[in-house]
Amino acid sequence: MTIDWASFTPWPALLGGAIIGVAAAILLLVNGRIAGISGIVGGLLRPPRSDFGWRVAFVVGLALAPIAFAMMRGPPAIVIDAGYPALIAAGLLVGVGARYGAGCTSGHGVCGLSRLSPRSIVATVTFMAAGFATVYVVRHLATV
Amino acid sequence: MPVLSALVAGFVFGIGLVISGMASPAKVLGFLDVGGRWDPSLALVMAGAIAVGAVAVAWAERRNQTFLGGPMRLPAKGGIDARLVLGSAAFGVGWGLAGFCPGPAIVALGAGHAKAVVFVIAMILGMLAFEVAERARLRGPMSPATTGAVE
Repeated sequence: MTIDWASFTPWPALLGGAIIGVAAAILLLVNGRIAGISGIVGGLLRPPRSDFGWRVAFVVGLALAPIAFAMMRGPPAIVIDAGYPALIAAGLLVGVGARYGAGCTSGHGVCGLSRLSPRSIVATVTFMAAGFATVYVVRHLATV
Repeated sequence: MPVLSALVAGFVFGIGLVISGMASPAKVLGFLDVGGRWDPSLALVMAGAIAVGAVAVAWAERRNQTFLGGPMRLPAKGGIDARLVLGSAAFGVGWGLAGFCPGPAIVALGAGHAKAVVFVIAMILGMLAFEVAERARLRGPMSPATTGAVE
């Protein structure tokens, strides 16, 4: 393993992470909800509809963030190298996997680890390992 | 009020993802590529988020209700089963294929990236497949409702 020092951005990473923590704190202390994005989106696909307002609001806030950022600091750097077939396969796997696994990087990785939930520790270790393995296969083993 | 605070929380979360660089799949894949040139940034994003999140959780766990007087809805911590592990493994493969997880994908969609729109549509279809399978399972031949079994 070699560390990519040119790409490593420790201070924005820590600051952005702390801001994510503040967002999770707001949703937890004001709404009584875990900021798990797959759970928030997934909850829109099942009743009760009385529960939809805050979920839609959270997703809208998330989508508005890059627009507001772009007005102040210019468009955020978002680089998506994957092609459309890979994006479709990835989206399906992320959607179905996050629901069966009852959480994603935000719900398990941030909120669950913040509460030292054993379920979340197992889920985070599992999806990290699967992510490392997948990128290894795609970048270093696949020759096609 | 709950709608307004959720909007603010979503917005702040999105700003955090943008500032941390995690809204960009290329940055996330740099972290997942431990066999190549590794970018540890994502680990520090999680460390920063967990440091703040742990304080909030400690505070929430000492309260019986939210600031608005509503119930605290914290998921159960126990119960590690095959669903959790297999679901998380599938999630991780998808995450590694494109570098997108749900939050960054919605942020990139807001930024107007067509590829993020395609990913989010596929993600919602995956979630719908789960809902359909769950409803079939709960209504299926093995369910207590049809076999008369009582748990």
